[in-house]
Amino acid sequence: MALLDIKGLKTHFTTDAGILQAVDGVDISINRGETLCVVGESGCGKTVTAMSILKLIAMPPGKIVAGEIMFEGRDLVPLTSHELDDIRAKEIGFIFQEPMTSLNPVLTIGEQIAESLRRHEAVTKKQALERTVDMLKLVQIPNAAGRVHHYPHQFSGGMRQRVMIAMALACRPKLVIADEPTTALDVTIQAQILDLLQDMKERFGMAVMLITHAMGVVAETAQRVVVMYAGKVVEEAPVDELFGNPRHPYTQGLIRSIPRIDLDAAHKTRLEAIGGSVPILINPTPGCRFAPRCKYAMSICTEREPRLREIAPGHRMACHLGDAS
Amino acid sequence: MSQYVLRRLMIAIPSLLGISLVLFIVLALAPGDPFGELATNPNVPPEVQAALRAKFGLDDPIYLRYLHWLAAMAQGDWGFSFVSRMNVDTLILQRLPTTLYVIGSAQLLALAIAIPVGVYAATRPYSIFDQIANTFAFIGFSLPTFFTGILFILIFSVKLDWLPFVYSTDIKATGIPWVLEMIRQAIMPVMVLGLFQAASMTRFVRSAMLDVIRLDYVTTARAKGLGQAKVIVKHVMRNAMIPVVTLIALQMPAVFGGAIVTEQIFRIPGIGSLLISSILANDTPVVMAVTFVFACLVVLFNLIADVLYGWLDPRISFR
Repeated sequence: MALLDIKGLKTHFTTDAGILQAVDGVDISINRGETLCVVGESGCGKTVTAMSILKLIAMPPGKIVAGEIMFEGRDLVPLTSHELDDIRAKEIGFIFQEPMTSLNPVLTIGEQIAESLRRHEAVTKKQALERTVDMLKLVQIPNAAGRVHHYPHQFSGGMRQRVMIAMALACRPKLVIADEPTTALDVTIQAQILDLLQDMKERFGMAVMLITHAMGVVAETAQRVVVMYAGKVVEEAPVDELFGNPRHPYTQGLIRSIPRIDLDAAHKTRLEAIGGSVPILINPTPGCRFAPRCKYAMSICTEREPRLREIAPGHRMACHLGDAS
Repeated sequence: MSQYVLRRLMIAIPSLLGISLVLFIVLALAPGDPFGELATNPNVPPEVQAALRAKFGLDDPIYLRYLHWLAAMAQGDWGFSFVSRMNVDTLILQRLPTTLYVIGSAQLLALAIAIPVGVYAATRPYSIFDQIANTFAFIGFSLPTFFTGILFILIFSVKLDWLPFVYSTDIKATGIPWVLEMIRQAIMPVMVLGLFQAASMTRFVRSAMLDVIRLDYVTTARAKGLGQAKVIVKHVMRNAMIPVVTLIALQMPAVFGGAIVTEQIFRIPGIGSLLISSILANDTPVVMAVTFVFACLVVLFNLIADVLYGWLDPRISFR
């Protein structure tokens, strides 16, 4: 049984212009101890999918209108925010994108990590502090015993993201959702943070759902990849399969847009970009949502929505290309 | 920290000097002086008048008079009230506790209403509670205190006869009855001033809360499973209170100004009504002293705001 199994999730937002279908029928499953990458451009519903799991989206205007989110065999969708509090941080940890704004500026980092421990585990103030210092050592913050009493503004971006990781892992969750944890960081720091995340995963044996729009990050960390476009899953495959044999035109476009440094000058070509941008998901047009940007678009693409289907073991995609018809 | 406060107090000296100079010049330019009454008194011969004026230095040039006043103030001599026939400092010390009692209670009432209502409204924006709170806040700060004061007197004193509308300092009672009477007579002025303050404060608390509630670190706190109450109090309120504290401290001058009006309506023998009666009676030393006390209070509350600010926000250090 998968650790987390999302089936047909639909999260919609009520806006002045109409219903925004940010996530529209997403299926994602994560096994124990596995790293799953969710990729796609900005605005394709990755973050909303992740936030829906723990109901961290603003409700209203957001609302989970359909689907189920099975975590260890228990559906999280009908739970109230209050009931989810026992699962948040304890079972599922969350690492956010912006380390600069995701920490409370007026509380020490120690207090912010310890409050999670004290909420979920029967520990005294002193034990919580000790465990917090241990966590800070694990995420390689120098002089952890002294730094625990410092405020977020006394840390650099990379250090803050380490603090965020310590916070998310403090209660040893079974699943960690990392929402673009390296996007706001320098390239050198990005690699350090990804290494750290990998280390932690191996040490604690947790599953990681890594949301990113950087294909390089995917290739380095993932075992399985889910490609999302415009609120839907368009392709899903083990990482080698996805990079070796991408089937959906959108996935192919994403892979072609990665700069190649391994090619010599003679073979270098202009980096290929996918023209256009993610559609605004209010009253989406029928058919495939990628069709307006797809160079292989056929007449059927604007008429009928392609279903996600298995084309090889563990490899699923939603495109009319290569359909039996 | 204490060094910071000391330095701030030192900085306050030049500004207080500046304020006193401006006050002094304005009062000197204003028509009338403490001997205006003598001039119209037929029993005082003109040469006695002139001698008195010369003795008290009223015919000296303005800068000399200011320096005299300053030298006397520096030695703790606040001057003499010709109208009340007593020293100005005794007079002010007599009146100040009443004003502080009324204003202080009104501010406490305002905070006791504004913080819970503002916080609760912000957690449920556009709910029925929020809309009712907003409506009352709007009515509250649209109605001036001189109107609500008289309305309260009409309802609670004249029609219902529940509360006295003249504030008395010599209550003929001791012990518990005295305390009860002190509370009873302060109810209306405190309500009028407090509700007026609460109205604008509520709106400010609400918008400060709404600014913070959608920030990333609040989502982080939610993701820790802390629960709504703890997230709101520990993470949102703690941050939202920083601008609120500043606003309240900076509003204090306006509060004292509002108190002058309220004191007039309810005949409270506070420092505000002392100022009005002194102006009307040309009692310059008292006017000068009272306005100077107001200036000191404003400077003091600014300092308190800065110290609280640094205490609430660790990003600000006292250097």
